[in-house]
Amino acid sequence: MKIHEYQAKELMAGRGIAVPEGRVATSVDEAVAAVRPLIENSGNKVVVVKSQIHAGGRGKGRFKEHPDVAGVNVVTAGLEGGIKAAEEEVRELAKKMLGSTLETIQTGPEGKQVNRLYIEQGIDIERELYLSIVLDRAQDKNIVMASTEGGVEIEEVAEHTPEKILRETIDPAVDLTDFQARRLAFGLGLEGDGFKSGVKFFKSLAKAATDLDTDLVEINPMVVTKQGQVMALDGKMSIDNNALGRHKDLQEYRDRSEEDPAELEASKYGLSFIKLDGTIGCLVNGAGLAMATMDTIKHVGGEPANFLDVGGGATTENVTAAFRIITEDPSVKGIFVNIFGGIMRCDVIANGVVEAVKQTGLEVPLVVRLEGTNVKLGKQIIEESGLNVISADSLKDGAEKIVELTK
Amino acid sequence: MSILVDTNTKLIVQGLGSTGTFHIDKSIAYGTNVVGAVHPSRASQSETFEGETDHSGVPGRGDSYKVEIPIFATVRDAVEQTGANASVIFVPPPFAADAIMEAADADIPLIVAITEHIPIMDMVKVKRYMQGRSSRLVGPNCPGVITPKQCRIGIMPGYIHQPGKVGVISKSGTLTYEAVFQLTNNGLGQTTAVGIGGDPVNGTDFIDALKLFNDDPETEGVIMIGEIGGTAEEEAAAWIKDNMTKPVAGFIAGTTAPPGKRMGHAGAIISGGKGTAEEKIAALKDAGVVVAATPSDMGDAMMEAMKKA
Repeated sequence: MKIHEYQAKELMAGRGIAVPEGRVATSVDEAVAAVRPLIENSGNKVVVVKSQIHAGGRGKGRFKEHPDVAGVNVVTAGLEGGIKAAEEEVRELAKKMLGSTLETIQTGPEGKQVNRLYIEQGIDIERELYLSIVLDRAQDKNIVMASTEGGVEIEEVAEHTPEKILRETIDPAVDLTDFQARRLAFGLGLEGDGFKSGVKFFKSLAKAATDLDTDLVEINPMVVTKQGQVMALDGKMSIDNNALGRHKDLQEYRDRSEEDPAELEASKYGLSFIKLDGTIGCLVNGAGLAMATMDTIKHVGGEPANFLDVGGGATTENVTAAFRIITEDPSVKGIFVNIFGGIMRCDVIANGVVEAVKQTGLEVPLVVRLEGTNVKLGKQIIEESGLNVISADSLKDGAEKIVELTK
Repeated sequence: MSILVDTNTKLIVQGLGSTGTFHIDKSIAYGTNVVGAVHPSRASQSETFEGETDHSGVPGRGDSYKVEIPIFATVRDAVEQTGANASVIFVPPPFAADAIMEAADADIPLIVAITEHIPIMDMVKVKRYMQGRSSRLVGPNCPGVITPKQCRIGIMPGYIHQPGKVGVISKSGTLTYEAVFQLTNNGLGQTTAVGIGGDPVNGTDFIDALKLFNDDPETEGVIMIGEIGGTAEEEAAAWIKDNMTKPVAGFIAGTTAPPGKRMGHAGAIISGGKGTAEEKIAALKDAGVVVAATPSDMGDAMMEAMKKA
């Protein structure tokens, strides 16, 4: 589960990790009201107005409705007009940003609607660095990656100057140790107060990653302030969905407006669903088979409209919901049900499909391939239902049939 | 011969919910020697399984079965009293890591974790816990391990399997069934099929299983089924190139998967331009593996690889 920058910073601040002071705003008035206290508390004349969406590249992103406005804007309370003028500038920005669509390199051409702004104090930056904590699958452990190349995409650093990436493995039995944190601080060239605050920062962040079950923590840039403090200027965090059960407090961070409505609907029924651009709806059990079904459809000349894994524990109700979600997509011109039952029983799938068609009707061709646990019963249910179903003998056979029927 | 499981396997089950009960019953019907269950709140009770024999499994049995399985408070008790040498885990995700560690603590040689959706950090700790211990973990989030007509541990449909020559290794449950069924239909059959699971942190990996099959005299070829995400397939390809003495076929799912989207499995994601199907297919081909273009061609790919060898 991705969370917003302001939420990540809230979590960090609660764990003693230095972040700039900031306030979240969902309305223009709230955005304006944040300006004065931020400037007065920090003594810094700058505030930053940041769009909160689940995608990176905001600084360089532009609003579709207002191409002159960037996703992140710096406002300075100068000599003329002071705080009052800054408030008016923030008001004009917030009016344009809130409710508008921000397009960045990560949002794709459709962009994302901005519903929240984060107004943050300005920081006097000495150096910009990079820090992230991710799972290293080769070691089966989280690692801290750090680099002196703040503000640059880590993939770019990895490609061009891999020697600049520092790595420390987090042993889950002891967490990040003092010596590892020191090694990172030395490697980043931190000195004096910056060194001390860096060591504390790295250790606290590593512990937060473990405690919060993060999939990813990325601080880019992590800065050293002119006052010698290591601080998270940005904060990207994503939480392991499988661990949300033990983080009741984090569940409220979920921003449903960031999710695709069909994917959201599917998740209510325990279905793993991803919308794609093609015309052939797929209903499959098992993630590997669902991917392979998409691959095969493409291989025989079609385009899948979705990835849909009904999983192993689906009930007839779940399968009915899955079928309905597929048929509600107007771009779907045909449906391919491909089931190889193991934990999933073919009769459950068959009942779900029959029930769904009864409820919603069926206006496009339907090809069904069933194999595995309770296959005879499943085939019998489909046959006795009297539905207009084309049956297939194999995955490839089914893919060819549905592609042919939707041409 | 076979790997990991055979007629000497004595299995216990951890987790007797509806899924665990359903599938342990299928394993008994298949002829697997299930010797006990572990359920702390039902200790000293027993669970009776009865039904029609699955004749696709262990031969020479009657048409029906009725067995009473003793339930133990702890895995250690179960091992001491039954001599179990394998455990299958159906415990729900929040408690599954503890169940795996309990089995490892009891030094059970083989632990097969079926449970899906175990938090990644739990598995990081499990892997650390298992270092230096004697147990082997298969899974989690996997269909299990089967040696046809000898022993079924997990959730796979038994009837699609046939004893034969090919070792099967797969990250995906349902794609394992596809491969197995094709190998049954084209007459090659299987020595053992191992589902290693689709989670980013798991027990037995491709290389571990490849080694076992390479050393198994009855296995004449191996098919490995991977998917996008991580670099396990590339590492396996490198190992095959240097060490494998038997023909290998393969398939990689996710050629059409969009980057940044998790395709069902926690481990199946293309991120930072890494873990794509193209890279994996190229690495496997470079190691001499015959890669099937679609999952329907897996059986043919295995045939071709064995002919070439």
